[in-house]
Amino acid sequence: MPDPDAIPLLEVSNLSIDFVSEERIVHAVDGVSFSMQAGSTLAVVGESGSGKSVTALSLARLLPSPPAQIRSGKVFFEGTDLLTLPERALRHYRGGKIAYVFQEPSTSLNPVFSVGFQLSEAMALHRPDLQDRRAAGIAALTEVGIRDPERCWKSYPHELSGGMQQRVMIAMALVCRPRLLVADEPTTALDVTIQAQILQLLREIRSRFGMSILLITHNFGLVKGFADHVLVMFRGKIVEQGPTDAVLASPRHPYTQALIACVPRLGESKKRLTTIDYARLDALLSQS
Amino acid sequence: MKAIPAKRSGVWHQVVSRPRGALALAILGFLYFCALFAPFLAPYGPGDQDLRRTYHPPTSLTWTRRGLAVRLYENADPSQALYRPIPGRTAVIRWLPIGHPYRLFGLFPCRRHLFGVEPPQKVYLLGSDSIGRDVFSRLLYGAQVSLSIGLIGISISLGVGLVAGGLAGYFGGWFDSVVMRTTELLMAIPGLYLLLALRGAFASQFGSGEVYLLIVIILSFLGWSGAARVVRGLALSLRAQTFVDAAIVTGLSPWRILWRHLLPNLASYLLIAAALSIPGYILGEAALSFLGIGIQEPSASWGLMLAQAQEMKVFMCNFWWLLTPGAAVFVTVAAFNLLGDTLRDVIDPHFRTGDR
Repeated sequence: MPDPDAIPLLEVSNLSIDFVSEERIVHAVDGVSFSMQAGSTLAVVGESGSGKSVTALSLARLLPSPPAQIRSGKVFFEGTDLLTLPERALRHYRGGKIAYVFQEPSTSLNPVFSVGFQLSEAMALHRPDLQDRRAAGIAALTEVGIRDPERCWKSYPHELSGGMQQRVMIAMALVCRPRLLVADEPTTALDVTIQAQILQLLREIRSRFGMSILLITHNFGLVKGFADHVLVMFRGKIVEQGPTDAVLASPRHPYTQALIACVPRLGESKKRLTTIDYARLDALLSQS
Repeated sequence: MKAIPAKRSGVWHQVVSRPRGALALAILGFLYFCALFAPFLAPYGPGDQDLRRTYHPPTSLTWTRRGLAVRLYENADPSQALYRPIPGRTAVIRWLPIGHPYRLFGLFPCRRHLFGVEPPQKVYLLGSDSIGRDVFSRLLYGAQVSLSIGLIGISISLGVGLVAGGLAGYFGGWFDSVVMRTTELLMAIPGLYLLLALRGAFASQFGSGEVYLLIVIILSFLGWSGAARVVRGLALSLRAQTFVDAAIVTGLSPWRILWRHLLPNLASYLLIAAALSIPGYILGEAALSFLGIGIQEPSASWGLMLAQAQEMKVFMCNFWWLLTPGAAVFVTVAAFNLLGDTLRDVIDPHFRTGDR
């Protein structure tokens, strides 16, 4: 059980982000607050456009501005407000303390550099103490389950499969020993068997390095057995949060119930997959 | 398991393995070799006059008992430049004779030339011009100007275009607007008039070295806008790739991302652009010199030599050898275009033209 008095690893309070265009203002994230303890795993679940990725990207101030505008809120990482930190100081956090793994591994790696170069670059920046970057890099590649790390070190991204590329991305995140790993839909672009392997890998990494993981996903199926806590976002707002088992067992918000119902179950023989009936949902929400 | 060769090492090999690429590289290699060793290859200096041998036709070569020799000519009618070979009279070509002093690569003092004949006889491989200068020698010295101006010009304009376009595309905002409006302004004005106006804006009394620099700067000033626009577009599209975000969240500084992550992705484009725009600089220099506001006498450049071929007498008497600089420009420009097309075929298969 986490110590309630300790400073949380990550604390987001009342975060609101707008996308401003000439015609209109979109409230992508609206008054979101949550916190994460060191070593915990939090899953943010929601459909496309619910604001989950925007929330994740805003932690390291990755959103292009304009059009994105942070209207209000604070993001404390180990007690430091990342949103007001000068750019230069923020770079120390990016990669060094907070690492990202993105959805599309094929575009996340620079096509003109070898895997070794890209790993070394990250280490040169955040691990100046390392004597032998090559050895450390190959060790990291081994840790993420790459069978021939020597060859992978010399490869270019286009020579690797999607699963391998995502493993390299995770290795890049690992070599700097960050405190928090933000995985933004890390398995969406991969096929199902690889998805399971990548999730298993993330689980192992968390227990071995005591790293916290913030998992962004639209799939409730991934959350069970992976995250300690879950946070459901809908139209820029958090509609429900709590321990994963409790939320899955008895979802309170109609949207969460609808989302869980969408996950197909093994052995079920239905003609059609369940989808969310938004008209019914809106009616339910307006009543409460 | 067989190792897959790295992507980039293949470009050179692929260009050489294609007939068109190999041909273009061979021609350009030969031309640049000639330009580099011009003082050694040329039997005479670019300004060496001989008023008794004006409009001398190319000397024909014969084989004699003493070795390779040139025929000697006499001028039957000096007003018409009617040269006739004197039967039975030849001058043997001497290899590596001592001639007028020069500095090889501008550094090493030297007096040896590749070939020559015993003075006062002369060898004119490509004839002589209106004041008896050797066209072959001037063609070689002119190559130094005409071939280097393309390389230097493209380096400057691509450099400026890369910095301006790259920053505009990556950072956007007001800088983007300023750069793009400036390029539009430059592109809206017809090139040749702008060229003439710019050249006219500077004093005409310059040394040949200064004029050379001025021409390079003027040509680059006109050339950077196109490069900047394309680089900006590429930078914008690369900026949207996730690997740029990945580089940002690794904690890299914007400059490092720009130089180490975006620039190498632009390298292939820059290579193609350079090969395809060098001809523009060679033609630009030729045009300026042809109009008399480029390289000045007694220096030699291909455009300047062509300007002298405008004289009525050249056309009336069919002194075809004075038009050889035009052929040299044509061959150089064609070779660069061929190289650029081949590079594009190799690097960017989407735009493949025709067969290999």
